[in-house]
Amino acid sequence: MPIFNSDRPGRREAPESSRPTPAAPEPDGVHVRLVQVEDLDRIIAIDTHVTGVEKTDYWYEVFHRYGARSPRQRFFFVAEVGGEIEGYVIGEVRDWEFGSPPCGWVFGITVRPETRLGGVGTALLKTICDAFRRTGVSKVRTLLARDNQLVLSFFRSQGMMAAPFIPLELDLA
Amino acid sequence: MKLQKSTCLALYSVLEAASNPDRQIAAAEIAEKYGVSPHHLAKVLRELGRAGIVESARGVGGGYRFSGNAKRLTLMDVIEIFEDISARSPEEEGEPATDVGSALGRVLSEIDEIARATFSSITIDTMLKLVDQARRPARPATSQPERAPA
Repeated sequence: MPIFNSDRPGRREAPESSRPTPAAPEPDGVHVRLVQVEDLDRIIAIDTHVTGVEKTDYWYEVFHRYGARSPRQRFFFVAEVGGEIEGYVIGEVRDWEFGSPPCGWVFGITVRPETRLGGVGTALLKTICDAFRRTGVSKVRTLLARDNQLVLSFFRSQGMMAAPFIPLELDLA
Repeated sequence: MKLQKSTCLALYSVLEAASNPDRQIAAAEIAEKYGVSPHHLAKVLRELGRAGIVESARGVGGGYRFSGNAKRLTLMDVIEIFEDISARSPEEEGEPATDVGSALGRVLSEIDEIARATFSSITIDTMLKLVDQARRPARPATSQPERAPA
């Protein structure tokens, strides 16, 4: 995927207690932790492998906005298996957008194709949902293309259902 | 969106069989549970067998067993065996070849596309989780925390 909305200035930060702590090792050998700048090469390689487009500058910008020193309602985690990064998830809590009370948004989740079906995506989503919960929200949403059957099926398998919103667009040409 | 009777029977049968893949389930048992004609159900099960989604065993204790991959098989895969719910042109929808008919056809196509995307994104495994949730008593709704607008 990744899919990103624009940043919004003047955000109110969540209390210190909402800051995620690195997760404990998962039972199936997947370890999820906060991203570090040293991880970017591997993340860029995974994204390039999946999307076919290398976007180095974009990923450094994402790290700046969502990485380790970002505001406390933004989250960027990586999943390691055997010490190697195999996937990542990015999201944030957004307040009162689209007329919605504060809720968590997952903007991007990717798992290296060779590692899929091993619980990496599940561990990443669980970690970011836990982080959202700690900020006090009780809902998580995402948005993706309706022909993206693979990722749609993944989110469905995690219990996500259609939200009470309809995305609309207009050609401006 | 209303699915044809055969399609519904197929979905019931697949979900019943997949909920207990080690067990052979008799067609009569499904027919009785859903109050449907055993004859009609037998035809549906034969179609599912031809598609490799269930396999049958004859004789005493015979019945049908789920033989698909529940984590890969989607509702759409089952539906497509019995009916075509793909988005159609206004003419195919039976809309008259007029501006109004064309515009209405676009709206109906949009609905069809969303329905297809939904059916294509839900696997049998995910459906079984939803069935399990439906069995459990509903929890009281939690209210959103009070927070000031940013």
